[in-house]
Amino acid sequence: MPIEGYSLRKLQACVAARMLENHRSVFVGTGLPMIAALLAQRTHAPGILIVFEAGGIGPQPPVLPISVGDSRTFHRAVAASSMHDAMSAAQAGYLDYGFLGAAQIDMYGNINTTVIGPWEHPRARLPGSGGANDLGSFCHRTIVIMQQDPRRFVTKLDFLTTPGYLSGPGARERAGLPAGSGPYRVITQLGVYGFQEESKRMQLLSVHPGVTVEEACASSAFEILVPGRVETTTPPTEEELRLLGEIDPMGISVGR
Amino acid sequence: MEILAEGQGELLGWHDPDENRQWVREHKSRQLVDKRMTVREAVERFVHDGDYLAMGGFGHIRTPMALVYEIVRQQRRNLAVAGKTAVHDIDILIGAGCVSRVEVAYAFGHELRGLSPAGRRAVESGQCRVVAEISNGGYQWRFLAGMMGVPFIPSRNMLGTDTFQKSACRVARDPWSGKPVCLIPASYPDVAIFHVPRADMYGNAQIDGILVEDFELARAARRVIVTAEEIVDNEAIRAEPWRTVIPFYVVDAVCEVPYGAHPCQMPYLYFFDEAHIGEWLRLSRTPEGTEAYFARYVFGVEDFEAYLERVGGVRKLSYLRRVERLQERMQAPWLDKE
Repeated sequence: MPIEGYSLRKLQACVAARMLENHRSVFVGTGLPMIAALLAQRTHAPGILIVFEAGGIGPQPPVLPISVGDSRTFHRAVAASSMHDAMSAAQAGYLDYGFLGAAQIDMYGNINTTVIGPWEHPRARLPGSGGANDLGSFCHRTIVIMQQDPRRFVTKLDFLTTPGYLSGPGARERAGLPAGSGPYRVITQLGVYGFQEESKRMQLLSVHPGVTVEEACASSAFEILVPGRVETTTPPTEEELRLLGEIDPMGISVGR
Repeated sequence: MEILAEGQGELLGWHDPDENRQWVREHKSRQLVDKRMTVREAVERFVHDGDYLAMGGFGHIRTPMALVYEIVRQQRRNLAVAGKTAVHDIDILIGAGCVSRVEVAYAFGHELRGLSPAGRRAVESGQCRVVAEISNGGYQWRFLAGMMGVPFIPSRNMLGTDTFQKSACRVARDPWSGKPVCLIPASYPDVAIFHVPRADMYGNAQIDGILVEDFELARAARRVIVTAEEIVDNEAIRAEPWRTVIPFYVVDAVCEVPYGAHPCQMPYLYFFDEAHIGEWLRLSRTPEGTEAYFARYVFGVEDFEAYLERVGGVRKLSYLRRVERLQERMQAPWLDKE
């Protein structure tokens, strides 16, 4: 469903980039998260600290990395260290934002990337946690970028790989997870979601241009909370689109 | 310490710390001895059926592929493998039928290239069993506990999730804060295999770029095989000792294997061979294709040198060096997908 002048993936990259604050740190994976972080670095957040789980810290990648451990993730970095170092920094509170992908998500922002179907006899075996459980446990704010439909926005996950707000308010802290951390935003092809303060349930914040509130809510198996006022996502600016072309000239993650 | 929850995953490679100290005392030499040997001999001596194996690097970065292919060639069976971000390395081993059990932090995927047909088929058909789940951070802390000689490391990840439920970890009450804390058990793989840019004949190995978790894994594993792009004089190691990541006393075998990470990336030296990885991902969609791959690239060649000729020889390897140095643009079959 391309919107005139830009692809939805480019819109998602811009939306994610705008969420990152200058002089904060972000734990990124490959693909859209990397592009969002680089776009933020080239626009409003030149001082953002980019960290990769395999040990790349504060890089200036000349081209888009294709793995979270490839040599572009420590090109002109301030340090090429280790996973122990990166994960410890996150656990100790140094990582503000973390990006996650998901095969399934529930209303509390819990995520599945492990199996579809029963764990013992999966219909589809997915790669597992990777660093996702660590990011979702440690980062002050996690941002999920994923496709939305009722098979992915589910009432019950097939497997809870990575913690969101678990069973609701206070559950993360009761489980022993770092206090005050958790999911912050969910970005899909339809809109942007946050989590209501009191209930920790997912709520609609904005719909992308051309998408209605009804469409966004209908593409979910659980009830999405709708506040009195829902914004329309600001489309990518010409400058953002130009920079995306520079960051990902081959269209690895945002398409050409 | 009050135990609040126990994961149900299988505990791979744990030993009582005193038992492991004794093993180290009896089996690991503190003597500077020449440990050079061929890849064939290293695998014959140190990789056995049923072993718990871990690969250094990051799944498709600085992966010990010459050793992986040799394990396939020698048809090792029933390996338990650490899926500590295992990508192309574990995919080849599973595809060749060497693996029966995996502890998974990340496996069966190829990052941006998509999912692994061979790995998924093996798990979904029951040929290969996932015996435990864990996270990337959790797995490397298993090795940290192992290298420290302590039974576990406390951490604050995995709490409250099914990843914990299917892990071999436990949750206890922290005696100081009173909060629940995850206890990650030590891991001592039977054998760990690494590829590095340079090592000396004693096994002192240096790495350029990120270490991932090689520092911890090499010290935790009982047996360690290192392949190096180049075996250098001990003087070269001593001239820059701060670069040494793996010291000789944890290493059992050293082999010189130029391009030993192909088709994976070797930071600063050569880029991923996307065409070759693409060929594997295409062929491994079927059991017949998988067999054809191994017939062509493992059983149909005498050794790794002959394999390098078959994948394109000097011309291909020079191209991969240019891409890594940003002198030429990457070509990849998956780029044309969209």
